[in-house]
Amino acid sequence: MIEYIIGHINYWLIVAIMMVGLYTLMSRSNLIKKLAGLSMFQTAVILFYVSLGKVTGGTVPIISEKYSLYSNPLPQVLMLTAIVVGVATTALGFALVIRIKEAYNSVEENEISAMDEKE
Amino acid sequence: MANDLILRVITKWLSPIIILFALYVQFHGDYSPGGGFQAGVIFSSAILLYSLTYGLDAALQLIPEYILRIGASLGVLIYGGVGVASMILGGNFLNYSVLGSTPVAGQHLGIIIIELGVGITVASVMVLLFFTFARRVAPE
Amino acid sequence: MEQLTILLIVIPLMVAPITALIPSEKVTWLLTLIVCLISLGISCYILYEVIDGSHVIYELGGWRPPWGIEYKIDSLNAFVALIVSAIGCLSCLFAYRSVPDEIEEKMIPLFYAAFQLCLLGLLGIALTGDIFNLFVFLEISSLSSYALISMGKNRKALTAAFSYLILGTIGATFFLIGVGFLFAASGSLNTADIANRFDTFKDMQLVETALIFMIMGIALKAAIFPLHSWLPNAYSQAPSTVGIFLSATATKVSIYVLLRILFDLYPIDYWVDMLLPQIMLSLGCVAVIYGSYRAWQQTEMKRLLAFSSVAQIGYIVIGFSLVNQLGLTAAILHLFNHALIKSTLFIGAGIILYRTNTTELGNLRGLGKDMPWTFAAITLAGLSLIGVPGTVGFVTKWYLLEAAVEKGMWIVVITIVLGSALAIGYVWKIVENLYFRSKRKVRIQDVPSGDSAIAKTPRTMSSALWIGALLCIFFGLNTELSFEAASSAAAAMLKQ
Repeated sequence: MIEYIIGHINYWLIVAIMMVGLYTLMSRSNLIKKLAGLSMFQTAVILFYVSLGKVTGGTVPIISEKYSLYSNPLPQVLMLTAIVVGVATTALGFALVIRIKEAYNSVEENEISAMDEKE
Repeated sequence: MANDLILRVITKWLSPIIILFALYVQFHGDYSPGGGFQAGVIFSSAILLYSLTYGLDAALQLIPEYILRIGASLGVLIYGGVGVASMILGGNFLNYSVLGSTPVAGQHLGIIIIELGVGITVASVMVLLFFTFARRVAPE
Repeated sequence: MEQLTILLIVIPLMVAPITALIPSEKVTWLLTLIVCLISLGISCYILYEVIDGSHVIYELGGWRPPWGIEYKIDSLNAFVALIVSAIGCLSCLFAYRSVPDEIEEKMIPLFYAAFQLCLLGLLGIALTGDIFNLFVFLEISSLSSYALISMGKNRKALTAAFSYLILGTIGATFFLIGVGFLFAASGSLNTADIANRFDTFKDMQLVETALIFMIMGIALKAAIFPLHSWLPNAYSQAPSTVGIFLSATATKVSIYVLLRILFDLYPIDYWVDMLLPQIMLSLGCVAVIYGSYRAWQQTEMKRLLAFSSVAQIGYIVIGFSLVNQLGLTAAILHLFNHALIKSTLFIGAGIILYRTNTTELGNLRGLGKDMPWTFAAITLAGLSLIGVPGTVGFVTKWYLLEAAVEKGMWIVVITIVLGSALAIGYVWKIVENLYFRSKRKVRIQDVPSGDSAIAKTPRTMSSALWIGALLCIFFGLNTELSFEAASSAAAAMLKQ
């Protein structure tokens, strides 16, 4: 059992980060904190992919005569795209938060929905 | 922060080095880890550092916003342009092999141009994002 | 011929950045219309080529699958691409007068650029045969649609876009986790490759987890019943043009992805015993009743239509969870039919908003006498929504009923009948307010003074509305075209 946990320690940590992110996202009313949670959630998935590509004993995937065992480069390449998507999402989210702040003068979700209902 | 001597001097020394490193990462991307995304972000960090120390107005004088907008679009066009060029030369979209006299030369050329496009777009968009946010929430 | 498939994606990709730089509303509109029309032409041609069951295969960059990204077009791909580009054309036609009215002038080029990117993303989802590439296109279309929704006039549009952004990103990330699990098990991202080698890794626990994650993520994007909470606000607060385009395409394309996962990526016998069809069937039934009921409660036209979308998605879910040829055909057919009906109704709502500045049903009393033609078209589309014989809505409901009877699912039959009855209720609510209530003047404070726009519906808008309404009737009477495409797609999915 202990060996099982230690052997998959990276996955356990990733799950922990993921859950922290998801919990922040759901429990906080502050929109900025929600975005922070979202970013953590996405980062956890990125880490998950990168650790998928790691081959034990493998080296950087640049072909050379000295090495025969390489890590899988594909997940890292995929995650480059996912990182860009994440940056775009976060930037768009912050832009929306700024506009919301200008329109409602608040970034607390409960205050905003109270204002929406009053209209 | 514009009056802090240490920051001003360090920024002046550091910015060119960062830009040089960005260009290294950019153009060495086809042989070793690197490429447009990373280079673009590194490049934009030099501009960000500059605008943090010298203020937004100074940075806008360095790179006006319309240039950044054009840059962001231009990069995508370069990327798509390579794809279209390879279609015109008889290959599939983004098939670099048809670009040069031999497939390997074509792939070299293709990937360098593609990464250049990516680099331009990423650098412009990152700086543009920073400028847009900084101007919107700047203290009165 | 093969090069045409990639042009569907390359053209918007190349035109969008140019559009963003041109500071003229007329030119940017024209460019967008041209892009939409070219896409429509190409997807019609591709559908014509593949409708007999053949494939068009395109290897991106000349890399062989499973290493490279492969686009494998069968009739379902082409059918979905056709829906997206056709609705793109309709909403672009509508946009000509509506967008300058609703969007700030200096934002218009960016609006059209985002619109083209959204079109690009949706077309990309419809064409690609690589699950990671699919995720990227999913995010391209979602990110641009968040931006488009946030451009709505009312400040509520901002909060609607924000909650859509949060939920949409969670959905996409769940999908990404699923893709990761499947990649870990199979070592491949190509759908055809995964499906071919499925037996070699199907015993791994990862594969089942991957399926659940992918379904959850896509169900969020497709607004399938308990995960629909972002939809009503997003669609009712968005600018009219965006409402038309997204309500008709975004959820449909997500459902298409769901169909691909369930029927192409995974073998049917793998999940058919997992309680999955039963769960989805009951969710679909609840969605029909709940969505129709909530639609009936609404007093604002766009929100009413948005809730009715939740119900209509329920019909589609019912269709494919019956897992038989007729049900699947009905589901695919309803993708098309509902896109047509809902875009027509949203165009109608957009015209009302443009002319009276309100879509509150209470404020529209008696307007039917002022705009008889507009309301005639809205009524036609409303009848299609109910499923009156001779309209497109009837066609799908008929096949859906047949499919349910074939399976002996009487509860589904009852649900469909009940849902239609509720649909009569909410469509009647619109018609009643427009035609029969004693005429009360539209609240004058809502109308900008001295605005000549209210006097007449612009030609572009009314032609978009009537094209939509007449297509509803045309495909209702002449069912062969759409039915052939849908049944050939359904047959291809069930065969393997």
